[in-house]
Amino acid sequence: MSSDVMFGVAHFLRRIGGAVTGSISRLGFASRFLVAIVWHSPQAFRRIHLTIREIYFAGVLSLVIILMSGLFVGMVLSLQGYETLKRYGADEQLGILVALSLVRELGPVMAGLLFASRAGSAITAEIGLMKTTEQLAAMEMMAVDPLARVIAPRFWGGVVSLPLLAALFSAFGIFGGYLVGVRLIGIDDGAFWGQMKAGVDFWPDVTNGIIKSLVFGVAVSLIAVFEGYDAKPTAEGVSTATTRTVVMSSLAILALDFVMTVFMFRGGAQ
Amino acid sequence: MNRSAIDLWVGIFVAIGFGAILFMALKVGNLMTLDRAAGYRLEASFDNIGGLKLRAAAKAAGVVIGRVEAIRLNPKTYEALVTLRVDNQYQFTRDTIASINTSGLLGEVYVALDAGGDTAMLKDGDRIGKTQSAVVIEKLISQFLFDKAAESGGGGAKK
Repeated sequence: MSSDVMFGVAHFLRRIGGAVTGSISRLGFASRFLVAIVWHSPQAFRRIHLTIREIYFAGVLSLVIILMSGLFVGMVLSLQGYETLKRYGADEQLGILVALSLVRELGPVMAGLLFASRAGSAITAEIGLMKTTEQLAAMEMMAVDPLARVIAPRFWGGVVSLPLLAALFSAFGIFGGYLVGVRLIGIDDGAFWGQMKAGVDFWPDVTNGIIKSLVFGVAVSLIAVFEGYDAKPTAEGVSTATTRTVVMSSLAILALDFVMTVFMFRGGAQ
Repeated sequence: MNRSAIDLWVGIFVAIGFGAILFMALKVGNLMTLDRAAGYRLEASFDNIGGLKLRAAAKAAGVVIGRVEAIRLNPKTYEALVTLRVDNQYQFTRDTIASINTSGLLGEVYVALDAGGDTAMLKDGDRIGKTQSAVVIEKLISQFLFDKAAESGGGGAKK
């Protein structure tokens, strides 16, 4: 009886330990993987059309969802912001509210989350299926390095695409905010843009947003290609890896966003 | 999809992406107006700067002509030393008065420059001689109360 309990406890502890060491060694493998991708990048850039093709699949095909989401987020932000600002008689400040929220936070974060679900999952599924059908192994047999031929172009395609998508998200969001704030609610056109211009600085507000989206681009792309490469070569393994990409990317984006915001906007301008 | 069509689409994507960044730089942000590089420095020391912050506006007659670049405490005189970066196209006379104002009741704090009638102009690195500190509401109220108390107290003694 007591030996049964002891066995159960030991089993439980072993499972916790296994999960911890497993995730730490996966982190180590992912870091090694990132270094390997960077190492093989010059080889990949010699065939630049591969990367351009991935920018097309990750970036251009994500445009519709990014632009539409940006427009709607900006419009909602404008409506909600107006309701609150009106109480303090500060409804002319709506431009600042919309622009700062989008440029600093919502643009990079929302674009990153959408990118992870739209493009990151596709990258993982593609690479995972290539592994399952032994295409990666076949490439190695033919002395073609899959890191340079398959992984690195997808990684760099994501890193290039996300900052541009985030900038477009912010720009369309501000346009949506303008549509609702000025056209629908009727805030003065000059006040909307003028206050925005006075309150938003290119350094550091816009540049910090771009830095954030670049970091998210690296994180999401790395997670996507890593999960695909590391997937179990079964149908179930690929589906698990795809789910993990979306979950891990979203968590990574939100956690990194908090850390970067602490450093970038601590206590405002002082 | 052949390669040239993909190139075309990616080219369009990159172009409108940079267009969005440019839009945020010029239309949303204030990259082109009063950048930190352009302009000359003026210094002014105040007894109290109130809620003045870095990059607050410097205004003359309500027009933004520069920004606050640095705020330090002079360790000898215990006065605040404010460095302003003023746009090159504006010159101020030697007897300019710098004061710290607030736009509206809850508005932003800024430095106001009121030019005088002197013919000599301030140059880069010059110190503005005449300054007026920020108004601290608590001090105003307590001064008002003391004055009132002194008035009624004096009246009582006369009786």
